[in-house]
Amino acid sequence: MSYVPHTKEEVEEMLKVIGVSSIEELFKDIGPALRPKSFNLPEGKSEFEVKEHLERLSLKNNTSVINFVGGGFYDHYIPSVVDALASRSEFYTSYTPYQPECSQGILQAMYEYQTAICTLTDMDVSNASLYDGGTALCEAVMMSLRITERNKIIIDGGINPIYKNMLFSYTTNLPIDLIKISPHIGQTKRDEIYRHLDEKTAAVILQNPNFFGTIDDHSDIVERAHSLGALVIESVYPISLGLIKTPGSMDVDIVTGEGQSLGIPLSFGGPYLGFLACKREFLRKMPGRIVGETVDKEGKRGFVLTLQTREQHIRRQKATSNICTNSALCALRAVIFLSILGKNGLTELSKLNYEKSEFTKDLLKNTPGVKVINSPTFNEFTVFLKRNANEVVNNMIDKGIAAGLPLGRFYKGMENYLLIAVTEKRKKEEILRFSEVLNDAINL
Amino acid sequence: MRLIFEKGIRGRFGIKIPRSDVPAKEMPERYKRAKWPSLPEISELDVVRHFTRLSQLNFSIDTNFYPLGSCTMKYNPKFTEQIERFSGFSSLHPLFSCVSEGTVQGALEVIYETERLLCEITGMDEFTTQPLAGAHGELTGLLLVAAFHKYERNKKKYVIVPDSSHGTNPASVSTCGYETVVIPTDKHGCMDLKIYKERLNEDTAAVMLTCPNTLGIFNPDIKEVCDLAHSVGAFMYYDGANLNAIMGRCRPGDIGFDIVHLNPHKTFSTPHGGGGPGAGPVGVKGEISNFLPIPRIIKIEDVFTLEHDRPNSIGYISPFFGNFSVILKTYAYIMFLGKEGLISVSEHAVLNANYLRARLKDYYDLPYDKICMHECVFSASRQAKNGIRALDIAKYLIDKGFHPPTIYFPTIVKEALMIEPTETESKETLDDFISAMIEIAKLAEENPETLKDAPLTTPVKRLDEVKAAREPKLRWEG
Amino acid sequence: MNVPDGLFYTKEHEWIRIEDNLGTIGITDYAQDALGDVTFVELPKIGDSIRQFEAFASVESVKAVSDVYAPVSGKIIKINEGLLKSPELINQSPYGEGWMVVIEIADEKEKKDLMSASEYRKYLEGIE
Repeated sequence: MSYVPHTKEEVEEMLKVIGVSSIEELFKDIGPALRPKSFNLPEGKSEFEVKEHLERLSLKNNTSVINFVGGGFYDHYIPSVVDALASRSEFYTSYTPYQPECSQGILQAMYEYQTAICTLTDMDVSNASLYDGGTALCEAVMMSLRITERNKIIIDGGINPIYKNMLFSYTTNLPIDLIKISPHIGQTKRDEIYRHLDEKTAAVILQNPNFFGTIDDHSDIVERAHSLGALVIESVYPISLGLIKTPGSMDVDIVTGEGQSLGIPLSFGGPYLGFLACKREFLRKMPGRIVGETVDKEGKRGFVLTLQTREQHIRRQKATSNICTNSALCALRAVIFLSILGKNGLTELSKLNYEKSEFTKDLLKNTPGVKVINSPTFNEFTVFLKRNANEVVNNMIDKGIAAGLPLGRFYKGMENYLLIAVTEKRKKEEILRFSEVLNDAINL
Repeated sequence: MRLIFEKGIRGRFGIKIPRSDVPAKEMPERYKRAKWPSLPEISELDVVRHFTRLSQLNFSIDTNFYPLGSCTMKYNPKFTEQIERFSGFSSLHPLFSCVSEGTVQGALEVIYETERLLCEITGMDEFTTQPLAGAHGELTGLLLVAAFHKYERNKKKYVIVPDSSHGTNPASVSTCGYETVVIPTDKHGCMDLKIYKERLNEDTAAVMLTCPNTLGIFNPDIKEVCDLAHSVGAFMYYDGANLNAIMGRCRPGDIGFDIVHLNPHKTFSTPHGGGGPGAGPVGVKGEISNFLPIPRIIKIEDVFTLEHDRPNSIGYISPFFGNFSVILKTYAYIMFLGKEGLISVSEHAVLNANYLRARLKDYYDLPYDKICMHECVFSASRQAKNGIRALDIAKYLIDKGFHPPTIYFPTIVKEALMIEPTETESKETLDDFISAMIEIAKLAEENPETLKDAPLTTPVKRLDEVKAAREPKLRWEG
Repeated sequence: MNVPDGLFYTKEHEWIRIEDNLGTIGITDYAQDALGDVTFVELPKIGDSIRQFEAFASVESVKAVSDVYAPVSGKIIKINEGLLKSPELINQSPYGEGWMVVIEIADEKEKKDLMSASEYRKYLEGIE
């Protein structure tokens, strides 16, 4: 099947205009030695057949379990307007707005997105998004190296291990000194950071809530880092910012994070949304696309991509990064999500997440064989189980519950630890059932 | 149009959050947010009106012809959007793959099968879907090159690119710790072979090319270019941006390329989304596959499983398997088109581009007057004599209802206009575009002043980009 | 193109006015015209050392960014702070108010690597 509209007659007419007798002639520069050794693809199918095949495959995934898995990516409710508006083809079949006069829709939406991220995080400026929270963190690290002209980075133990892995891969060929603090569940161990923090440090990377769910106030670490000329990068969880202290209020320099919880489906890993916001003084060092406000020649307000000279297509070798795409459609979803929730809705949603999680924690505190490890937390926390967490989780999957993320997968020696996330979608009955089934899985 | 932050009033609610069925609890004061965020307070209907009206201020493939060279703005299928929304895909948490592989077999099969299909289309041995965009794919490819050379203890310093290359190429090279060596283009529109032979040496890590190149020209000596690179232990890297021209005619793996990155949002018609998300799957041939990012998906009998134990792997390029739903749409598109459909895509893409070339060459300068592939590059230098630049032509086209072609790229052509019609455009659309371009050429000659004010029919007129860069205002302040 | 006498010029379109052991540096009229409206200037710090033909500053416009290369080696003793607020001065007065830095010249002998005004004019004709 195909979307090619040409009729036989049209093709002949066009060939005549071009001055060749066949389409084959147009490929004469590809000599016989360059022809494919094979091109064994199946025959094309109809829409119906393709959909049927993929629907079958989709049903081989288990999405009917009650989901308590987080780990940086959360099962939140996506309001119907987000899908309805983001699936308007004027948005999703448009291109990067390099011609601003005919792209005011997406440009204004991105400007509104930038504003929303700033107010959520209490930071001065934001870019128009990056691929995901991990690449955003990598880009923030590169920013800090450029700004301070130092090459030492301290990575706190509470950073998402998936992002740590990405950072290692990304920086492996660059002359950077990466100090990795060993992982721990509770609040950031200041003395371990201060042991390494000095005038060679470009940045300290922190996460709040951390990977294990613990909330902290990092203002003291920020003050100490600044006194030595180092920056602080904080990776955050947007829904939590409806309730907990913001990185901006802690005087953090660069904020990054994963925006998936802002109206973007889990989709088995992507596409997601990386956000990056920083202090105004660093704005020209921000990677990625940025939308700015200006006026047209009649004085009317309009929006354009700006500060593009930092970007790859102009600076080439000296570009601040090689990023070309942003995650525009996901950023659009995020700004629609934040607009439809609004100030009141986000605050309430955050509170609901917190309360459901606290309720779960209280239940589990009374469950034998389960020890709740950390406090304070937002909507995710770590427990220690009497039995191997992986076994417990697999047992519970069969009973229709995805109990959480067994941490032995990421940390040797933590095979009995489980990371549990509770969002607003978890009804009280589901939580009660969860604790019952968990009890059985551990104690029977 | 007013910003959403300028609408609404205090106390208004958008959606209602479900009532809590658990006890109330207060967050300890010292960890609590001091001031609530200044998000809009606006009703659901007003949110819908706001974004619906915004969408109407945008050009898009579904509303306008978009002959952007290098972008392959072809029709985006609608059925793939439906597939993306199957809840078995959209609700699937990526970490379920860590919890129990049995819960994600369908998703793993999609990725595995797409990898196989992409291998067959490009002539490569293995693919990874992890890179999240084309530029990210380039970075991944270069990380593979660097890892290989490090492992073999080869001392390499440079990566060769032609001067017609896309801006992301040299930027990716720097991020990988190499230096770029730029080779000029010869008068036939191909990388200068003589200078290439001079600059290629034992210190070259890789050569990055796209074929056909950004001028839309297929280098007939491409095999020699590859063989020469291999003779000094350099990798041949294929930037797949222009794959739309050659599907079924030629495979980079067969002609000598070792690493390939593809752009599904170009060749395989996944939507551009106003700037993203895309994807950048990377294919490899030979030993370099030992260095591919983890985890790899393997099939044992009928079960898909993840392999993490690859000691030479470059590690994790993205959090999971890349942009899964983009890969999903790629899979669906390839299944739909099949072998004959993909061949037809390239044939008609090249036909359409040559038709435009033949009809416009009398009106616009054609720096390389020969058969092109899926795109062709004109120069507005003839019009520049009357003070009309590529920018002016672009802005006037907007008033005629066409999105302009790519302008000022590749940088080696003065006042470049890079036109890529794609195969999904009908002859009527092309003829309308040609008429508009001919009209512009005539106006440039007879009445150039009329072209200077465009666009006049858009919601805003020409915008002051200098002001935006001098006085950056990047958010609403209230 | 304006090419005042009495200054020395480089192939990368910088100019330098030498008075005793001090040099005032900026970019030429040709350079500012090629760049277009200047939107931002990045200058070194007072006290920084610069080396001949190495980049020490950059000038940005909407469409391009250019490194500025040192005509001769020296130490920065003054920078034109006015450019940070009004980068357009480089367009309006590239040889006057658009000056970028003043340096203490390290090695007089490096002057021989520079072009005179008439040599630069000839050089520009060759480029056009």
